[in-house]
Amino acid sequence: MHTVLQQLVNGLSLGSIYALLALGYTMVYGIIKLINFAHGDIYMLGAFWGYYVINQWHFSFWPALISAMVFCALAGVIIEYLAYRPLRNSPRIAALITAIGVSFLLENGMSYLFSSNVRSFPQVIAVKQYHLGSVTISNIQLLILVVSIVLMILLQLIIKETKMGKAMRAVSVDADAAQLIGINIDRTISFTFALGSALAGAAGVLIGLYYNSIDPLMGMTPGIKAFVAAVLGGIGLIPGAALGGFVIGLIETAVQALGFSAFKDAVVYAVLILILLVRPAGILGKNVKEKV
Amino acid sequence: MLLQVSDLAVNYGVIHAVKGVSFDVNEGEIVSLIGANGAGKTTILKTISGLMRPASGKIIYEGKEIQNKKSQKIVADGISQVPEGRHIFPGLSVLENLQMGAFLRKDRDGVKADYAMVFERFPVLKERRDQDAATLSGGEQQMLAMGRALMAKPKLLLMDEPSMGLAPIFINEIFDIIQAIKKQGTTVLLIEQNASKALSIADRGYVLSTGNIILSGTGKELLANDEVQKAYLGG
Repeated sequence: MHTVLQQLVNGLSLGSIYALLALGYTMVYGIIKLINFAHGDIYMLGAFWGYYVINQWHFSFWPALISAMVFCALAGVIIEYLAYRPLRNSPRIAALITAIGVSFLLENGMSYLFSSNVRSFPQVIAVKQYHLGSVTISNIQLLILVVSIVLMILLQLIIKETKMGKAMRAVSVDADAAQLIGINIDRTISFTFALGSALAGAAGVLIGLYYNSIDPLMGMTPGIKAFVAAVLGGIGLIPGAALGGFVIGLIETAVQALGFSAFKDAVVYAVLILILLVRPAGILGKNVKEKV
Repeated sequence: MLLQVSDLAVNYGVIHAVKGVSFDVNEGEIVSLIGANGAGKTTILKTISGLMRPASGKIIYEGKEIQNKKSQKIVADGISQVPEGRHIFPGLSVLENLQMGAFLRKDRDGVKADYAMVFERFPVLKERRDQDAATLSGGEQQMLAMGRALMAKPKLLLMDEPSMGLAPIFINEIFDIIQAIKKQGTTVLLIEQNASKALSIADRGYVLSTGNIILSGTGKELLANDEVQKAYLGG
């Protein structure tokens, strides 16, 4: 029993990182129908930013986290402006391939500039372990969970209550109608990239603290897993992305706990294949019928 | 003259949807463009709103060319549109839909007054203000689409097939409301397949056929015209 609880704690911590990443995938998909394969690399940029400001400027945790979110938001907006906006009216496959190109550029550009060595992330917070009965939970795990949940609540508030959040929803359901009443599509899309990328930046700093190591290719696998999480929950659906993230985190941890560590990635991809076969709209997705 | 469209041509890929159309709309008028499906009516409205670019020709609004402006600029200048098929935002409440209509406006008091105006004109929207817009009936959605466009405080309201797919009782109501909107000082450019209704409330009208204007006149003249009777009024 205690193993199950312990793995639940581990799975939820990892899952909340996937959830933060999956939210960015799903928001961007919701608004411009693009799978932004460079999203995992934004998370890598966030981790490197955190590494840099903690080591060079001696930032403590919170300023590092918040500045990484701002930095990644800017990076996301610039990438959208330079790489995706010129392709807005091109076939979707062109933008998709461009996203893969942007991903390679970020991974290899960072390897070129900062070498591809694995670095150890500065531990700005001393690790403490708490024992609750037989379950051990670290302060870092708690921090990850709490920060992720707070960010998700904030995101929900922004999307539900603010004017830009409502514009995001309006553009994602009907971009033409939104234009006809004066909603600025470009600004709304930039805003979406900023939000999603800020969450990825936060996830990057949190994972640096948790796993203690970062490298320029660190975004690849979590990026794809977060994409699977977004599809699992229902791509384009914000609650779906959060749910999918937690489910993928739990599955991955469970597979490891059962002694199949070598298969932990394979299982996640198997989930993708399965969901696409059985329920392509995702757990929370409805099968879309075109209303005429 | 509020709006002047001169020699407008618009292509959909290789298809010439609009082939050199000219017409104008004076302040305070209701002008109806009628014509069969595929005559190019919707294309004209989309081009005025900046969703499509003309191959040639000019659209002059308040003395300035607008055919190359961005759609949000055109809305800011005072042209908003009620699109064909309503296109309200599902997943947003009725109130949020209206709020989006006022997206560009900064005058809080004016916006507040316009909510009151819209709710007065469409009481059913007030009753359902917190409901998901997708749960409204077709007629109610049409009212919401009109209310949303009015929230932009347009000088010129473009309406694309407002009667399409509605029950007859709603159709009469919608046309009454269009006349009331005109009385309040908003100019209306209406396109419709329901030619008798559209012409009966219009000050002037134009008949469009396969991308060209073939007839024009006052609403009454067109209603009495033999060709119009035969082709569009089933007479």
